Amino acid sequence: MPELKIRKCLVSVEEIFHEGGPVAAFPLRRASALAVVANPFARAYHAEIRPFMDVLKPLGLEMARRLIAALGGDPKVVEGYGKAAIVGEAGELEHGALWHAPGGYAMRELLGGAKAIVPSTKKVGGPGTRIDVPVTHINASYVRSHFDAMEVGVADAPRADELALILVMTTGPRVHARAGGLAAKDIVGKDGLR
Amino acid sequence: MKAKIRKIVTFVDETLSEQGRAVTPPIRRAAAVAVIENPYAGTYQEDLSLLIDIGEELGGLLAERAVSALGIPGNSVESYGKAAAVGENGELEHAAAILHPKLGTPFRKVLDKGAALIPSSKKRGAMGVVLDVPLGHKDAAYVRSHFDGMEVRVNDAPRANEIMVAVAVTSGGRPLPRIGGLKVSEIKGEDGLR
Repeated sequence: MPELKIRKCLVSVEEIFHEGGPVAAFPLRRASALAVVANPFARAYHAEIRPFMDVLKPLGLEMARRLIAALGGDPKVVEGYGKAAIVGEAGELEHGALWHAPGGYAMRELLGGAKAIVPSTKKVGGPGTRIDVPVTHINASYVRSHFDAMEVGVADAPRADELALILVMTTGPRVHARAGGLAAKDIVGKDGLR
Repeated sequence: MKAKIRKIVTFVDETLSEQGRAVTPPIRRAAAVAVIENPYAGTYQEDLSLLIDIGEELGGLLAERAVSALGIPGNSVESYGKAAAVGENGELEHAAAILHPKLGTPFRKVLDKGAALIPSSKKRGAMGVVLDVPLGHKDAAYVRSHFDGMEVRVNDAPRANEIMVAVAVTSGGRPLPRIGGLKVSEIKGEDGLR
């Protein structure tokens, strides 16, 4: 079983009071957690990579816990989420796909069974690569006010043999959301979409 | 409050290993960044006392945010730094007015003390500009193991009429210091230098 080797972690929290419009009664907060881990599959093609998903499970849970803590400790404040992976130069995009299950299910578990698919993106890139992590409502993917994204990156990662694994949680809609569409109050809550 | 704050962003990075060696205990570094309106964007203003007062407000607020994100008591912080980036309609002197006259006193109050000069940098730049916040030991500027820097970046700041102001604090110096010079154990702590 490949080993989990963590080099560094980065947690960042944005608190947005306004964006040129009225100051929000409750500032929007967006938090990201990024872990830089060794890529056990770098520099060679490995046909069987799935066991690493189990290795990443505890990391997913720990990062989700850190995000909830960074947002004040109450999972009920979390309304949006997303995930992403950046694969270092000696790896393959498919290695980033290993993050889907452990990252996504960790957040859904700690948020009490969130229904919506966790939106995601991934890329291969060098140290300092930035990635725009897509964000949608945790219970209904079509809630338009919660379509958002958070840019994340770290100056010295991922190195060639590393993966940067990312989770994002947010506390509400865009700060001046007014583009219509399905509203959070109108969520039916059965299928994770509406 | 005199500062008109659009957003506050905090970052915490934790280094667990470097070049394959464990860093024990892990080094933590935190930065807090405020994005504020520049009251003097696009004009020449002789008297910058409003910005000087804003610097005093932000010194306390950002230091508290950064220390809280770091998760250790203020008096356990080992090194610190500050920096500002002025949007394109502002002037470097606006950053100087915020950073230099009054920001340090409330910053040091959050840490109990801090005899050393707070290292600083400033620049003018567009949204997404990178600020490298210089770091030095808070009680003795010559401690070589603590000469460091922390990169911060906010993708949507500073807008042309904004200023972003950053403070950074740490739980230690570089991950594996081994280039000699004054050590923490040798600090006399009288003049802020050695």
